[in-house]
Order: sequence, then structure tokens, then C-alpha cells
Amino acid sequence: MSTTTTPVVAFDDAITRYDPVMGLEVHVELNTATKMFCGCPTAFGAEPNTQVCPVCLGLPGALPVVNAKAVESAIRIGLALNCEIAEWCRFARKNYFYPDMPKNFQTSQYDEPIAFDGWIDVQVPAEDGGEPEVFRIEIERAHMEEDTGKSLHVGGATGRIHGADHSLLDYNRAGIPLIEIVTRTIHVPAEKAPAVARAYVTQLRELMLALDVSDARMDQGSLRADVNLSLTPKGSDVLGTRSETKNVNSFRSVERAVRYEVGRHAGILDAGGSVVQETRHFHEADGSTSAGREKSDAEDYRYFPEPDLAPVAPSREWVEQLRGTLPEPPAERRQRLQAEWGFSDLDMRDTVGAGALELVVETVEAGATPAAAKKWWLGELARRANEQGTDLAALPVTPQQVAGVQALIDDGRVNDKLARQVLDGVLAGEGTPEEVVAARGLEVVSDDGALGAAVDRAIEANPDVAQKIRDGKVQAAGALIGSVMKEMRGQADAARVRELVLEKLS
Amino acid sequence: MSDLIRLTASEIADRLATGDVTSVEVTQAHLDRIEAVDDQVHAFLHVGRDSALATAADVDARRAAGEQLPTLAGVPVAVKDLINTTDQPTTAGSRILEGWRPPYDATVVARLRAAGLPILGKTNLDEFAMGSSNEHSAYGPTRNPWDTDRIPGGSSGGSAAAVAAHEAPLALGTDTGGSIRQPGAMTGIVGVKPTYGGVSRYGVVAMASSLDQVGPMGRSVLDAALLHEVVAGHDPMDSTSIDAPVPAVVEAARRGDVQGLRVGVVRELGGEGFQPGVRAAFDRAVELLAQAGAEVVEVSCPSFEHGIAAYYLVMPSEVSSNLARFDAMRYGLRVAPEGLTDPSAEQVMAASRDAGFGDEVKRRIVLGTYALSSGYYDAYYGSAQKVRTLVARDFAAAFEQVDVLVSPTAPTTAWRLGEKSDDPLAMYLEDVCTIPANLAGVPGLNLPVGLADDTGLPVGVQFLAPAQADDRLYNAAAALERLVDAPQLSADALEGAR
Amino acid sequence: MSSALSREDVAHLANLARISLSEDELDRLGAELPAILDHVAAVQGVVDAAGDVEPMSHPVPVANVFREDVVRPGLTPDEALSGAPASEEQRFLVPKILGEE
Ligand SMILES: [Mg+2]
Ligand SMILES: [Zn+2]
Repeated sequence: MSTTTTPVVAFDDAITRYDPVMGLEVHVELNTATKMFCGCPTAFGAEPNTQVCPVCLGLPGALPVVNAKAVESAIRIGLALNCEIAEWCRFARKNYFYPDMPKNFQTSQYDEPIAFDGWIDVQVPAEDGGEPEVFRIEIERAHMEEDTGKSLHVGGATGRIHGADHSLLDYNRAGIPLIEIVTRTIHVPAEKAPAVARAYVTQLRELMLALDVSDARMDQGSLRADVNLSLTPKGSDVLGTRSETKNVNSFRSVERAVRYEVGRHAGILDAGGSVVQETRHFHEADGSTSAGREKSDAEDYRYFPEPDLAPVAPSREWVEQLRGTLPEPPAERRQRLQAEWGFSDLDMRDTVGAGALELVVETVEAGATPAAAKKWWLGELARRANEQGTDLAALPVTPQQVAGVQALIDDGRVNDKLARQVLDGVLAGEGTPEEVVAARGLEVVSDDGALGAAVDRAIEANPDVAQKIRDGKVQAAGALIGSVMKEMRGQADAARVRELVLEKLS
Repeated sequence: MSDLIRLTASEIADRLATGDVTSVEVTQAHLDRIEAVDDQVHAFLHVGRDSALATAADVDARRAAGEQLPTLAGVPVAVKDLINTTDQPTTAGSRILEGWRPPYDATVVARLRAAGLPILGKTNLDEFAMGSSNEHSAYGPTRNPWDTDRIPGGSSGGSAAAVAAHEAPLALGTDTGGSIRQPGAMTGIVGVKPTYGGVSRYGVVAMASSLDQVGPMGRSVLDAALLHEVVAGHDPMDSTSIDAPVPAVVEAARRGDVQGLRVGVVRELGGEGFQPGVRAAFDRAVELLAQAGAEVVEVSCPSFEHGIAAYYLVMPSEVSSNLARFDAMRYGLRVAPEGLTDPSAEQVMAASRDAGFGDEVKRRIVLGTYALSSGYYDAYYGSAQKVRTLVARDFAAAFEQVDVLVSPTAPTTAWRLGEKSDDPLAMYLEDVCTIPANLAGVPGLNLPVGLADDTGLPVGVQFLAPAQADDRLYNAAAALERLVDAPQLSADALEGAR
Repeated sequence: MSSALSREDVAHLANLARISLSEDELDRLGAELPAILDHVAAVQGVVDAAGDVEPMSHPVPVANVFREDVVRPGLTPDEALSGAPASEEQRFLVPKILGEE
């Protein structure tokens, strides 16, 4: 923590003197049924050590066998990122000791990645609401590897690694297939860097979902971004020392991590110091980063070709067949969706900018109208995500549930106000919209018996108003309706109440 | 001593089939033999008495019920303690795995069980199969039944000694640089390293993944072939396993016909540095092959001379990575570092690996770590892998001219315990003849051909064949086996010593 | 290439290999390894003399050995933890971890 005393410079100030040089490494956990090298299931959240076998526990004598589906997904990701697909490549062992890695080497790829030399165009929304700006991010490589287990640090005050008495290891995640996607160095106008980083990760996630190769849930770690950043003084071409901010777990945090690191590096450089090459941890609470492991030259992974696995040599026929399964390119898809949905340019930009495109797609697929889907995700739900400082996708509600809430409205079973309460219940983990309606008793009353009695009571209590309506002043009905709604605590079918009032007083 | 232990595996199989004897009787006879002589030989680290007898009784019952059983059903076998067994500990000859019980069987063990072979026990070995003498076992050395002051070879020295001493008619060993063939030569038994990928490695504690291979050991060529057939064949759990039919090894072992067979004597594997008694026994064997109708020619494989150098780079490199998993976190020995009250995981790992591994293992791990480290990789590991290509090219060229190659299996007969312990390099040079086959992945077989004139100890001849032509080894060796007078150890020798 | 290997080099390698070698062991390996390295270093000369040679990483020339993406039964938690030096809450218990990856 040698740099804590140096003040962090404001981002806008920092970029008057320095240009950021960024690189992004994203790890995507594939949604295969089984792990990369063994037949263990990959379900998230299972009881500890229930999805393990000799292979993923690294028991003596165990040997890996490659999951064909994982290779297929890797190739499709590579193709979707406009990469070359290797005609012949191998796995390699990356040797280092860490207790969450059972073999004490990670089976990965080294100088022979399955996909390389690609690109993706990302759209950054213009701040003035104008045309979004497009930046081409070059992809250096996408390679296959395996995830590690999870450690629980026990005894420390915060549950973090420091101060813990001991650690508890669960290897359910060990061996889950990962695709690591590495960009080339990203050079963009300094002020755009944070937004470009965010847009890249956002669009990468959209792509993974469109390919259906990953759940791509940043909150569950199935899509994890590392931000590598260094600064170059303006007008210079001297490369600075870089930091690697690990496992940033929301789009918003990617943007914030870039802003913070730019300011932190600038502070150190302004003071004449030198940046330490190290990994850093991002803190959601205040958007800061703190020092992790120092990267020294002594680090030596001793890569060598994995002798227990045969090389991977995808035939060109297979590659072309997989190319045929690719979803339409994101830009074309957005145009098509915009036309299908009847969205204005602004509607579409807002939707994409909010990271809600896939959510709206799925909500529409689940039966909601595009307008209703957009209303929920960009309105009520966006507000709640913002309150919680999280991404829309991380909210504990599925597009299917949102469509379910809308269906309740469309069927007249709840009104807008009740619908928001149903959503509260869903977000609180009380179950499906139907279950919440039942448990909380939120359904509107449209039963004529109950409503008729309430209308009668309202007429009796407001004889003057009733007389006005009898005299033809239909607009006065609002007061009686209000009275009924109040008595029924908002759970009355307002349209039916109005009909009953008019019937009784005509 | 029971006559049953003098029988070969095929003879036992015949007598079991006719109902002459039961598997329980045969298994009990071998357990008695182990009881009687193993305190002198120390071939076994664990004897699975009850489970072996249970398997035997089961086979007997099934046979009595008229069930059609595999050829070797009921014939007991010993298994090198590098191969996982759920019902017996698997230690790899190391303190770091003392008492470890694998929760899964190796594929070869599952195949032994499916074929009804009672598993007598787990045999001693150099720690993690690293050694040529069995002196590197953490549990004390196995001794050569021919002379218990001498080494039985290694690393499958326990399996070899058990078979030679009539403690088991059959055994499984593993061969990374000669670990089946060389102890076979030292103890006067048949041992085969199959083609790389011919037998599954799943569940076999890995030493060097690209070199390791499991193989059969027995007192006759046919016995080895019968066991070979039980354990060989494709295994989807091993990505390097060959997905092709197993060569017809049993048929070849029964044929034994070298008429017109082209036999190449490898010029580089003999001559200077080889013990005179070994050279003489080898020359006699080659003469016998020629007399039996083989066309004997000399062939040159110049890259074989560099085999040891390449091997002692590739093997330790893979060792350094394969043995990283022994870290005291999930299984195996965990020791607290001295003088620390609250040690970290990292410190416990380092202390446990220091306490749990023996000197030879540590030497190879450090050597391999060096060979793989950045800046040295190309010069060492990379160059060694290219030498493998050169060795494979020499084999390919040789097999254009001849059907099989022959050489002595080892340059010397068995040496005295402790004789080479102080000089690791001298010990490494013992593997000069056997290593090329591992580097290229081709099969090799040791056949005992008699006793050396100078030391009176067993000498072996090595046969080598192209990949997936394991049957050629069995055919040629079976022919020579009939022609040589290779004395078997008198079982009374060890009994008398008691 | 010179195979001079200092005592510090050996200590560094032992650290990479996570083995806390004693002073005696460092001395002994420092003495033994150079002789072994001198012998094995011969491979470079051999390769230089041979010209263009592909390295052999696998003795069997196969590729594309794949497994279908189908779940296979694994180990029960009890089996998985059966060899563990220590466990707690169905997890492997290990001493505090210092470094972070
Ligand atoms: Mg990686
Ligand atoms: Zn598994």
C-alpha cells in the first residue's frame, strides 16, 4: 500500500496531462452442462464439493478429457469476434501454486490460442443524445482455460483474506470452462476511455448472450473483467507502468475503475513517483482500488504443452459450419429489433445505453409488448438499480417475471400501483408474480357483489355528489370512485367501479 | 512350499479351468509365500489378503455355477503401488501419500477386477517411480531375490522381485524410462512396456505424462501377453489412449516364429561400457535367433546416444508439474513448519513438500523447474523435445530395414545396494538402452536369457518394435524364450535362508 | 550454455517449486545439479547440428480427442474429503492463505 499517501487526481484534470492506455481481459464462464475436462455438472450455487470428481479435484492419477461443447463455444466466440481460428493449437500448463487450484497448474493455452486477431465495434452513447460514436476494439486472442475453486476466509473481521485464521475450499467451480478474451492496447481519446471500456464489456456480454454460450452474469462471476491501465504523458510515446484491476463485476464499475486508476496513476506521476506493477482490487462502495499482489519479474509460470491432452485441430468444415450458427451481428440486430418494436432512435439508444437490450428482448419473448418491457426496465427497474448502485442485469428479477407482472396488469388483475408492490415482492425473493399476488393478497377486486356494496356505501355517504351525477354531471363520479378505492385500499377495479356508479345513479 | 507357486499364470489358468485347483487355493499359496519370504525381499508395501481371497472365492463360485470366465480369472496378481486401488492404500512409495486411500480405481485395476484377478497387494517402488534400484522407496528398498544384498532394479522393483520370488505369478508395473524392462532384466523375468497409449494411464499416479506406460510382468512371454490383453485397450478417460484394436499379443506369444524375421542389433546400445558378462549373454542370444532363421543385421540409431540427456530434461520437467498437486491441502501429508506458531498455507505447503518428498524426487523437481523456467525453456525443454523427434526418426528409419530391434536391456547385472547411491548421474546412465522407446512411444520387452558368466546374475535382452506392433515383441521373444535356457530362481533359495 | 547454478539459483527454484529446502539440501543440490546439467545440455548441440526439427510433445500423433458434454457421476462430498488433512462445513480446511491470485 505504498501509494496510499499520494492524492488521487480528478479524472478530468488527469486527462489534461496524460493519455490512458488500456487493455481489457474478460473471462467468460461457459454455460456447458459439464466442466472443461471432466463430466462434473456446473450449476451455480450448489452445496460445497458436490460437483467434484478425481479430475477436477486434482487427485493423483486423474487425467483430463476436453469437453467438445466448450471447444465449439470457443470457436463460435472467436468467430463472433471476427477472429482467425487456429488450424492447430494446444493446451498448456500454467504452473503456479495456489490452494484454490487443485493441480497447482492451470490448464490453459499459451502461445497457441484457439482464436486470435479479431475485432469488435463498440458504440458509445453520445452525451448530448446525438449519434453514438463507434470505436473498433482489436482482439488479440481468445483462449480456453479452466476456472479455480472458491475459498472462504474464516476468522477475519471482514471475511476477506487478510486477518483470516484459515480458509475453507470448495471445488465446485474448479474446472468450469472459461474463455479468456484479451484486447490489444486500446487507444481512444482520453475523455472517452471510461465509457469505451464500459461499452466494450456491455457489448461483449450482449454477444455472449446472443451466442447463448454463457449466462454472462457479472454479479455471479460468470463474466469477469480485468482492467489493465497505464498512463502516457501527453505528447510522449513512453509507456507507463500498468496496473491490473481484477474482477470488476459490473458495467458501471468498469467505468469507475478506469476513472479511478487514471486519477491514481496521475497522482503518483504528478508527485514524481513511479507506479508499481501490481494487481488491484476494486471496491464497489467508494469506487476506489487497493493494492493486491505485486507482479515481479520472478513470476515464472513455466508454461509447457499439456502432455495429457491431444492438440485441438478444428477442421475448416467444422469452423464454417459453426460460422453458420452465429447470430446476426449486433448492429444489424439492433436495427432489426428497432424496426420490429417500433422504437424511435432515442428509445433504442436509451435501451442499449442502459444495458437493457437483452432484457427487453427476453421480456418481449416472454409475452410483454416492447413498449411495456421498455417502460419497466428503463423506468421502475432502472430507478431501483440506480438506488442500489448495481446493473439492471444484476437485479434479482428475471425478464419472465417482469413479463408476468405486465400480464397481471393487462388481465386487469392488478393496477399500476399494485404492480409495483408485486415487483417489490419479487425483488424481495418472495417468489413469482403469481405467488406474490397470492401471498400479499394484492389482486384487485372486480367482484360485483363486493364492489356494489362499497359503491352503495359511497353513495349513502355522499348524497350531494350522488345527486349531481343523477343530474347528469358524470364527471363528478370521480369523487365516488376515489372514495371506493380508498375504502378498498386501492385494490378495486377502478373501471368497474365507475360502471357501477353510473349504473346505480342513471 | 506349495507347488502352486511354481506354476506360470497360464498353467494356473489351465488348472483353474479344468477344476484341478481353486482360485482360493492358488491365492492362499501365494499369500503364504509372501508371508514366508517377503521379510527378506520386501517386495510388498501392502498385502490385500482379505480382498484377494474374497475375489478368489467369488471367481470359484462363479466358475462352479458354470459361468464362462475370462482366461485369467482367479489367477492372482500384484500391483505396483503407483496404481490406484480403492480397497488398498496407494502410496507411490512416498511419505507424502502415506496411508492414502484413493476414492477411485485406476482403469487397469478396474479391468483386473472385471477379469476376476485377485489382487495380492501393492508392490514397492522407487518414490514416484523415480529410480533404477528401488533404493529410493520411502519405505525401505526391495531386495533382489537372486542375491538379497543386491538391488532388484527399478522403479518397478517390487513387482519384478515379487514375480521372480514366486510371491506372485503376475504383476503390473509402470515404465517411464525402463522401469519395467530393467528390473525385469535384473531379476530374470519378462516385462513389457506397451506402445504409449496402448494401456490407460487413468488412475496411475503420474510421473512423466508423455513417457509413462503401464505394462505386464510375468515369468513367461505368454503370461505377460495374457495380462497385457486384460489391461490394454482404449479408455475414454485417457486422452492419450489409442482408439484402435489391441495388437494380437497372445496369439503372437503362442506363435513364437522368427523364420525370416528381420532383426536389427542396435550398434549404439552395446559395446564399450557394457559388462562383459552382459555382452556375452546378449551375443549368444542373437546367435540363437540367427540359428532359428532370423535375418540378423546391425543397424545404427545415432540419436539414441542423446536419449539420456533428452530424457533427463523432459522427465523432470513433467515431474515438476505433475507433482505440484502434492501440497498438503486436499490429501496427503501435512506438516507444520518448525518454529512458526501461525503458519500460512504457503508455508505449510513448502514444509510438507520438504518433509514428504525424498532426495531424488526433490532433485528432479528442482531440475525440472529449472528446465522449464523462462529463458531456459528453449535451450532445455524445447531442445529435448526436438531430440525426441530425432530418436523417433531413427526408429522409423530402422524399422524400414528390420521388423524388430534388439539390445541388452541394461548395461550391467544387478549391483549391490548403496553402490551407486552417491552418484545420481551414474545411476541415470543405467537407463541408456531402455529410454529411447519411451521417448518415441514405441513398445519394448525384456526377456531373461540366462545368467552372466562373470556375476552369475540374470541378463535380459530387449526387443523393440514400431508403435502398435507390440505383437512383434511377443512373437520374437517367445521364439527366443524356447531357445535359451534361462534358469528361474530356485524357490528353495529364499526358503532356505530362513 | 553455461550450467553454472548458484546456491541462490537453487533457492529460487526451490521457492518456485514450493519446497522449503534445508541449508544442507541447498548445498548438496547446488553441487549435484551442475554435473547433471552439463550432461543434459548436450541436447542443444545435437539440435543445432540437426537443423530444422519439430519438437515432439506427444508420442502418439492424435488430435481432437473430445468428450461429449454429458454429466457423469463424480465423487460424493465424503469421498472427495476422505483424504483431507482437515475439513469443516463440507469444505477443505487449509491454513490462512497469504498471497492472492
Ligand atoms: Mg487466464
Ligand atoms: Zn470433475
